[in-house]
Amino acid sequence: MTWVLANLGLIWARTLDHVVLSLPPIVLCFVVAVPLGWLARRYRLSRGIILTGAGLLYAVPSLPLIFVLPAVIGTSLLSPVNVIIALTLYGIALMVRVVSDGLDSVDADVRQSASAMGYSTWSRFWQVELPLAGPVLLAGMRVVAVSTVSLVTVGAVIGVQSLGSLFTDGFQRGIQAEIIAGLVATVGLALLFDGALVLAGRVLMPWTRRITAAKPSAPVEVSAA
Amino acid sequence: MIEFRSVSKRFPDGTLAVEDFSLVLPSHKTTVLVGSSGSGKTTLLRMINRMVDPTSGSVEIDGEDIATLPPVKLRRGIGYVMQNSGLLPHRTVVDNVATVPLLRGTPKRQARADALAMLDTVGLDRSLADRYPSQLSGGQQQRVGVARGLAVDPNILLMDEPFGAVDPIVRAELQQELVRLQKELDKTVVFVTHDIEEAFLLGDQIVILSEGGRIAQVGSPAELLANPADDFVASFVGADRGRRALHVERHGNEDVVVDSDGRLAGVLRSEGVR
Amino acid sequence: MNLFASAIDWILDPANYVGLNAIPLRIGQHLVFSLVTVLIASAIAIPLGYLIGHTGRGRGLAVTTSGGLRAIPTLGLLTLVALWVGIGVVAPYVALTVLAIPPILAGAYTGFEAIDRRTVDAARAVGMSELQIVRKVEVPLGLPLLIGGLRSATLQVIATATLAAYVADLGLGRYLFSGLKTRDYAEMLGGSILVILLALALEGIFALIQRFVVPRGVSGRLDTAPTLRTGSPTAAR
Repeated sequence: MTWVLANLGLIWARTLDHVVLSLPPIVLCFVVAVPLGWLARRYRLSRGIILTGAGLLYAVPSLPLIFVLPAVIGTSLLSPVNVIIALTLYGIALMVRVVSDGLDSVDADVRQSASAMGYSTWSRFWQVELPLAGPVLLAGMRVVAVSTVSLVTVGAVIGVQSLGSLFTDGFQRGIQAEIIAGLVATVGLALLFDGALVLAGRVLMPWTRRITAAKPSAPVEVSAA
Repeated sequence: MIEFRSVSKRFPDGTLAVEDFSLVLPSHKTTVLVGSSGSGKTTLLRMINRMVDPTSGSVEIDGEDIATLPPVKLRRGIGYVMQNSGLLPHRTVVDNVATVPLLRGTPKRQARADALAMLDTVGLDRSLADRYPSQLSGGQQQRVGVARGLAVDPNILLMDEPFGAVDPIVRAELQQELVRLQKELDKTVVFVTHDIEEAFLLGDQIVILSEGGRIAQVGSPAELLANPADDFVASFVGADRGRRALHVERHGNEDVVVDSDGRLAGVLRSEGVR
Repeated sequence: MNLFASAIDWILDPANYVGLNAIPLRIGQHLVFSLVTVLIASAIAIPLGYLIGHTGRGRGLAVTTSGGLRAIPTLGLLTLVALWVGIGVVAPYVALTVLAIPPILAGAYTGFEAIDRRTVDAARAVGMSELQIVRKVEVPLGLPLLIGGLRSATLQVIATATLAAYVADLGLGRYLFSGLKTRDYAEMLGGSILVILLALALEGIFALIQRFVVPRGVSGRLDTAPTLRTGSPTAAR
């Protein structure tokens, strides 16, 4: 505890580093995964390619990927960009499947009645299908957010600073309080991101409120395998 | 003979499904429990094989209080057929039919042979024996369900809306099949339905239930139609309207029978009356 | 100079196939460590998951606890345990078992929950005892989702076992950390490629297994989700 009080400045700085590393992947993967997920649903051929690709990408471990990226894109090994790109890829791999499943979950009757009312394919996607797939997307994004926050810590072993640096530093110097502080801060940050997403879901999808209250994290759990 | 003695059932959530229910179900007859949802008919049925235990009162089979019998053993001696057949999706038709005999320790070869014979009894082709339930039509699945219920040659057969989920044509077929089977096998059948037509067709004794398992009336189809106990029963069996409320009109030399909507139902002939 | 060419050279270099740091040995360590971890986690999570799935009790607690476990970064747990018990394999075993439990637990109980209640009800009504219902109905029908959970757990453990080398002389992660120390990028890259290939190979094997364990008669019902393994995504991989 004394260590924590004496090093509040350090913890705060590493927390900010952590936010800078984890926010871009969370946002980017969503932006990329929505069109990819749409494409995966649209054509039979693209579905096979995109979903298989996402499945394989998801199987690629993050830490080795962080080591491989410099050889592919020419960054320096210690660059934070490697961590951001590796985690963005991981998020895309997960979200493409979620977007595709989420769009699948939209009732065919609703889709047809929307077309019958005169929505174009484009406007139907943005105004009907995407909002209705919202709860599934939200569940997926919650998983992405929590896992990204957790995975960012791995970068610390090659020297990319984050809350994970508290683990490596605490381990090397034998300071238990430092590691525990890092754990608490990481989990706290993950919960904060998760809470923000839930809140955003409430605001953006008021029609789901009753259902959300009844079964909070059900979609994520159901897809657990 | 099955006897309910002042049976009540209150579920943990507080609902009183059945209150002070007493009834005798005679052996070798078909008793149909009919009522709308919430009438406690399924709860009553499931008390007979202890899938539900009464909160108070007792259920007796041939004079023995079933609360004293171990439920698993009791169930293995009573046939049970439910809506959507309840077949095990990962077992073939013949293995599904042989489930209970195998549980009771019948040798596998014997159980399979019996199961195949049972398929004949319920009118299923033996070529279906190695199919999985998902590869059958709804009507075929229900026949397998009936075959499974009959596999241990039980004295009692419980049927919980067994034909509720199949289309009307197949339902009529299965109902006729059950009538034929019952003539042949002479079981004590307890049948639950919300369809009064089905009750009239199958039942020797019909029990009309109102909310909370209260008996509105018990009797044969003829008794219920001729003397409905009250307005509820009259409207439930439809005695006051439609094609059950028939009257005779004279047309020339013939008596014609007309329903309450004025539609012609038939001609009355003296030699036609038995 | 092509970085990948040098990494391939490193992988093919005969010098890396002898001694205590030989590639086959490291792969073997990596696999054995992962297998044992998944077995330990299974021994804890499968009975517990079956109990939750069969009785329907404790589900809320399991979901919350698993969720909490998933938010814990493995590197933090690993270094903390290593501080307590010292350098060696104990800390990785503990940290990665914690990592592997949530997906297996979820696979076990969602496998039971996904079974049509009427099927279980009918099995009970025809006279199966509770143990027979579990053995003859719930376990076989729940198998596809359990295998899905095991698949997810195994892949995460294989991936995260790389980190184990941070506190123990163990597995393919050694190449990453020793290469990092000596600034030998060929070794780091070669080691990374080996881990990725190993993970992809296991992914393929599991995909095959999963195809074959679906009980006949229920095929097609449960195979919509295998590639979305959100089971325990927070592994520090």
